[in-house]
Amino acid sequence: MRDVAIVAFAQSRHARSTAEVSEVELLMPVLHEAFDQVELKASDIGFTCSGSSDYLAGRAFSFTMALDGVGAWPPISESHVEMDGAWALYEAWVKILTGEADTALVYSYGKSSPGDVREVLTRQLDPYYVAPLWPDPVALAALQARALIDAGHTSEPELAGVAARSRASARDNPYAQLTSVRDGGEYVVQPLRRQDCPPVGDGAAAIVLAAGDTARRLCARPAWIRGLDHRIEAHSLGVRDLTDSPSTRLAAERAGLFDAPVDTAELHAPFTSQEVVLRRALRLGDEVDVNPSGGPLAANPIMAAGLIRLGEAAARIHRGDSDRAVAHATSGPCLQQNLVAVLEGDVK
Amino acid sequence: MTEVLSAPLVVEFPFTRSLGPVQSAFLTGLRERTVLGVRTGDDRVLVPPVEYDPVTSAELRELVEVGATGTVTTWAWNPDPGRNQPLSTPFAWVLVRLDGADTAMLHALDAAGPDAVSTGMRVRIRWAAERVGAITDIACFEPDDGTGPPERAATAHHGEFTDPVTGIVAPARLDYVYSPGRAQTRYLAALADRKMIGERCPSCRKVYIPPRGACPTCGVATEEQVEVGPGGTITTFCIVNIKARGLDIEVPYVYAHIALDGADLALHGRIGGLPYDQVRMGMRVEPVWSDDGGFPDHYRPTGEPDAGYDTYKEMV
Ligand SMILES: [Zn+2]
Repeated sequence: MRDVAIVAFAQSRHARSTAEVSEVELLMPVLHEAFDQVELKASDIGFTCSGSSDYLAGRAFSFTMALDGVGAWPPISESHVEMDGAWALYEAWVKILTGEADTALVYSYGKSSPGDVREVLTRQLDPYYVAPLWPDPVALAALQARALIDAGHTSEPELAGVAARSRASARDNPYAQLTSVRDGGEYVVQPLRRQDCPPVGDGAAAIVLAAGDTARRLCARPAWIRGLDHRIEAHSLGVRDLTDSPSTRLAAERAGLFDAPVDTAELHAPFTSQEVVLRRALRLGDEVDVNPSGGPLAANPIMAAGLIRLGEAAARIHRGDSDRAVAHATSGPCLQQNLVAVLEGDVK
Repeated sequence: MTEVLSAPLVVEFPFTRSLGPVQSAFLTGLRERTVLGVRTGDDRVLVPPVEYDPVTSAELRELVEVGATGTVTTWAWNPDPGRNQPLSTPFAWVLVRLDGADTAMLHALDAAGPDAVSTGMRVRIRWAAERVGAITDIACFEPDDGTGPPERAATAHHGEFTDPVTGIVAPARLDYVYSPGRAQTRYLAALADRKMIGERCPSCRKVYIPPRGACPTCGVATEEQVEVGPGGTITTFCIVNIKARGLDIEVPYVYAHIALDGADLALHGRIGGLPYDQVRMGMRVEPVWSDDGGFPDHYRPTGEPDAGYDTYKEMV
């Protein structure tokens, strides 16, 4: 199997609203920064894959407009997923593994500010039995949080601790949107308080992948993708055990997470209670640095927040702050679908 | 810095969805105040029922009737109901395992407050007064004070009803505030002064109108503004014969791509001021501005000689 690495990562400064710029105007500087890190241009890239959802900003075919920011002429080899960019990265990784490309650009973006994101996300649910009730993501996460508390896996004070730790970590992250838990104590949907929920905001991210010697040429310390897998659970919430995440555990096994310890974990847990589920599924002990970036509780641009987890974990390897890291991305209500990547740097 | 423009944008559509046999029986049953589940190969009863086993993917068809009372397996108090949610006053979201079922269903519980809700509490269905064969035929759940029927096991059910529902119409409306971004804001601001402003790519020098902020060929920002037109050339056109709903224009009419003088990309607009069958490629046109808003209502012939094909062939 070919060695494939993340060699560049860039992201926007995430904000509650970016009404002054269009999606392509939000994305383009991020793409340029990722290219600049490895001194590449669009025509050097073998495959381009993006993740976004038109529902967020209510703009049909917005991903084709966003492609203007890449420079897609002469025609490039390109694909798009209506998913978080982490799944676009999965497609690009497979493309490189097959030998059809040596490099790939992966990007994703989300502008939640034009709409009511809690209403928008109800539209991804089962259209027969669930979507007609319009249960929003906070409500569904709160059902999961209650189940965790009832099962003795966590408590409201413990969740407050996750919130405080995440926002404190985010103070060192210049791209974070939320770095404090002030005034976060009121319930949004009980038992979840404001501080347990991610900020709503706009943002974009981009990653460059490269294979083997190309990666070594482009990056002093590539973040090698040692394993990458994603798994999904039943869509009906009442069929699942919401206190566990068997899909995360299986993806982690398949990605080789349990073969050796990791020092860093970047978890796509938009709600504090979901970090509790993921820590157990991934068997992360206290020695692991969880979400040193602040995680999605500090910035949660929908469609990009999962890709950012891969980028943040890789950037720590690039900088020499981590040798083996796990990155996780999720999609759907209550951690329905999960992707796990194991990243490693060469021995220093 | 220009003020950020914004306008309301409503995306609204009714999804018409057909039902499989199990879904049809379940939703028709709700209309008849009967709750059906489906039995799996390993003898579990799924409520709400699905067409295929979520674990084995085996086709499921063995219907059973379960109770209208059940037990809360988890709950969450919603102090601020949304406009489309089942209740307009604060309520609890609940997963309820109905008597005879092995799985739980999502719905709303009408209760006095969070202190009146607990995991394990007994609840019963409150039926909607008017029922059509939809999940909302269950208006919500309500606490069961013990006067409801006793717990029961699932019993076989034929799943047959007169006049079964075979589909649902799921309306969806999402409200947005649309903002056009920097480049289109500049374009729209100039239109208000009856000027057509394109933007030039610093790399390939092409002028785009309307500008979208990036050169799609080079992938760089277009920031140099260039006034183009008002004259232009029809590069290609079509004749519209079907009246669009809500559009007050007599058919047939001509819709054309127009290369404004100085632009490197054609924009599109309606051609007026002459019979539809006299429009031709190369015809020279100019905008006719709308009376009330700052935009070209349509384009009309200038009377100049036609442009040669070579002058606009790159933009066809
Ligand atoms: Zn250009």
